[in-house]
Amino acid sequence: MTDMQPPVTNNTSIIGRVRRSIQRDPISSDNDRDRMRLVMNSLILHIHPSKVSRPALKFSYTFGLGGLLILLSFILAVTGILLIFVYTPSPDAAYESMISLRTEIYFGNLVRNLHHWSGNLMVVVGVLHMLRVFYTAGFTPPREFNWVMGMVLLLLVVAANFTGYLLPWDQLAYWAVTVGTSLLDYVPVIGPALTRLLLGGPEVGAATLTNFYGLHIALIPLAIFSIVTFHIWRVRKDKITVPRQLNQPAIKEKVTTVPHLVSIELVFALVWLAILFTWSAFVNAPLEEAANPAHSPNPAKAAWYFMGFQELLLHFHPVFGAIIIPGMALFAMLLLPYLDKDMDSVGVWFRSQRGRVLTGVSFLLGILGTAAFILLDEYILDFPGWLPFLPSYISNGWVPLAILLLFIIGFYELLKAIGSTTCEARQSVFTLLLASFVTLTFVGIFLRGEGMILLLPWS
Amino acid sequence: MSDGKLSRRGFINIFWGAAGALALTEVSIASLRFLSPRPTDGEFGGVFNLGDYAQYPAGSVTPVEAGRFYLVHLQEGGFMAVYRRCTHLGCAVPYDQATGQFVCPCHGSAFTDDGEVLNQPAPRPLDLFKLEINDDGEVVVDTSAQIEREKSTTTDIVYAPGESNV
Repeated sequence: MTDMQPPVTNNTSIIGRVRRSIQRDPISSDNDRDRMRLVMNSLILHIHPSKVSRPALKFSYTFGLGGLLILLSFILAVTGILLIFVYTPSPDAAYESMISLRTEIYFGNLVRNLHHWSGNLMVVVGVLHMLRVFYTAGFTPPREFNWVMGMVLLLLVVAANFTGYLLPWDQLAYWAVTVGTSLLDYVPVIGPALTRLLLGGPEVGAATLTNFYGLHIALIPLAIFSIVTFHIWRVRKDKITVPRQLNQPAIKEKVTTVPHLVSIELVFALVWLAILFTWSAFVNAPLEEAANPAHSPNPAKAAWYFMGFQELLLHFHPVFGAIIIPGMALFAMLLLPYLDKDMDSVGVWFRSQRGRVLTGVSFLLGILGTAAFILLDEYILDFPGWLPFLPSYISNGWVPLAILLLFIIGFYELLKAIGSTTCEARQSVFTLLLASFVTLTFVGIFLRGEGMILLLPWS
Repeated sequence: MSDGKLSRRGFINIFWGAAGALALTEVSIASLRFLSPRPTDGEFGGVFNLGDYAQYPAGSVTPVEAGRFYLVHLQEGGFMAVYRRCTHLGCAVPYDQATGQFVCPCHGSAFTDDGEVLNQPAPRPLDLFKLEINDDGEVVVDTSAQIEREKSTTTDIVYAPGESNV
């Protein structure tokens, strides 16, 4: 591999010479040496190493989630740029743009649907990607900081979604963003100033639309692009983790990136493009009537990925529901890769055999526990009523939070007492909280009716 | 540096580091100021002149659509400019003439006509805007900043000439 120059041949046609001046290495070749050179000499392909681990190619290890996120970013960039040309970010014209996308512009509806569904899918896939890395211990050294960047990217994806949510300027957009930014208002000290800066005034209006448009089409995509570059570069440097059985070393076998990895990626991308185009051809992105700041719909719900927080807000004092509890969870997630570990489970699903059982049990427990908590709080628990002499941030904040934390600590100690490792116990607590958040989100989206009344599925 | 004295190189490093930090601070402050909200007269966020106070009878609640507030003339006398935005999660609160209450459609918070909370989950009374009755007897409301309060008190009320605050 000392000679990186492709072989020079003089007796070719001018077309051949032009082609070779653009793509120096032959795209297909019959020997590994040329295949590796193709990857190494290519601007795009060299985000991959020239050889990759064969076991890591197994689809059921990564599920191609990181690749799918890149594909979605690409679709969002292309459709987003198209949408910029037909969209006017002002309260008078924004909704008109939506109508003309549906009625006048060739493929307008398809482009908007693709953009909408890809954006929403990106939140889901981002979370799944994070879960895959978590449950195969892909965040352990030397990959700690890449986990942190991944968390920041996930937050940016949510921010991109949230700012995009306002742009259609229909009732759904207006009130979801009103409710969503009101959560920010409860941040101590800087909350009100931050909300005012973001909204460009005291409530959602023309200035908010301009702000969100700028954030959505320039600042957030630029931030995502920069950090993703760093994120992928780190994966390239640290290499992908290799799946293995517990107590067995990873299989070292390597294969050339072309064609083994690249062909999987291209087929995967094509399949997902087909799925997204088909879905977007038949399922319309929601559009309600034009925004009316004087009339709130009932119930007024936040965007679906915030419904877990809105549900939490029905049970806790706002500072706890919107700030302290999510803040603690985020802090724990960022700290996770820097904590001491007592087992090496990189590349092993769910840490160990016991870890697998515990994950299942914890998930179930999280769902049941959260459902029980919601029902209890709805019908029996009334801390502010029982403790009327305390201010509401203690009786409806610190008191229930302390009880919940005691439950979680008790659960952790119980797992340790039955002989789980620290890593397994930590994984179980994470799973419990994950299941809890999923349940809260589910209840918020599907089981809350007018006036946020709890609708029991059996009544 | 080992003798505790700052070397020429050390001093220059600190100097340029400080200059860089200063430049970054300036640019950040300038950007934030650039992006800060800009109130405009006559639109929401500006100042509203609602004319002679006498045209609003006692016990009336008049919505001012562009200003997103209600001009409340209390039954027992006194004016207030009550912001329409629910203090819970920001929904628009309509006034119910029949019951004389503000009732939020989103999460069921209810308020009296002076904004005091009747029904949770709203954590505090409805916000107010600064209201003045000027020398010509005109009601002037400044919507650039809302006044938050923990409890509704009589000091929130602005009395017209001739009305008593007893």
